[in-house]
Amino acid sequence: MVPLLAIGRAPLELELLITAASSRTDDRVESDGAVVTFLGLVRNRNLGRRVRYLDYEAYEPLALKTFERIASEVRDRWPDTRLALHHRIGRLEVGEASVAIAAAAAHRGDAYAACRYAIERVKQVAPIWKREFFEGGDSWIEGAVADPADEEARAAAERIACA
Amino acid sequence: MRVTVRLFARLRDITGAAELAREVGPGATIGSVWRLLEGEYPALQPYGRSISSAVNADYARMDTALADGDEVAFLPPVSGG
Repeated sequence: MVPLLAIGRAPLELELLITAASSRTDDRVESDGAVVTFLGLVRNRNLGRRVRYLDYEAYEPLALKTFERIASEVRDRWPDTRLALHHRIGRLEVGEASVAIAAAAAHRGDAYAACRYAIERVKQVAPIWKREFFEGGDSWIEGAVADPADEEARAAAERIACA
Repeated sequence: MRVTVRLFARLRDITGAAELAREVGPGATIGSVWRLLEGEYPALQPYGRSISSAVNADYARMDTALADGDEVAFLPPVSGG
């Protein structure tokens, strides 16, 4: 049984997330008509630098709770969607996937929006960090100040998702 | 009372430790633990305005009071995805 939400060192398998997100078998409700997926990959260039590899770390128990919070926000906003979200940690080479998301819904509009919302929220609030090893050095990448209670940030993610 | 402090990413590099144990007085908050660490490791000071914090693996505000045995975590700006 593939968990809907996970964090770990194994390579990500999008097919497993699709299955996990879309395994609704109750014939009394409308079945899924769409699954939208997102894969985040390690890029070979960043800020003009040639990237060699990335090393990801997480505060794992809090990261999982944060994924649960994101899934709950998705259910509140798009009640008929199901979200699968896996993030990888450890050393990742260029071209490998660091994050995989699948959002299943009866209709494509909700599936697209839920998927986009989820990745925006991961970037805002998940306690995960990447260290970039590039030609000539390395540096921690520091993005958003994580604050799940920041309603302004959450609303910004929702606007992007619905644009 | 005794608390465990978890440090991540650049904060861990600055202190050289992923985990620290500290004795703190009654009434200690997350913020007072942070100020204690800033005193020990001045290179942490620029992060004072941009860290997030957690207690026992739940996000918590800096004014949150601590109890004996709590695990406090300091989180620099995140970069998942």
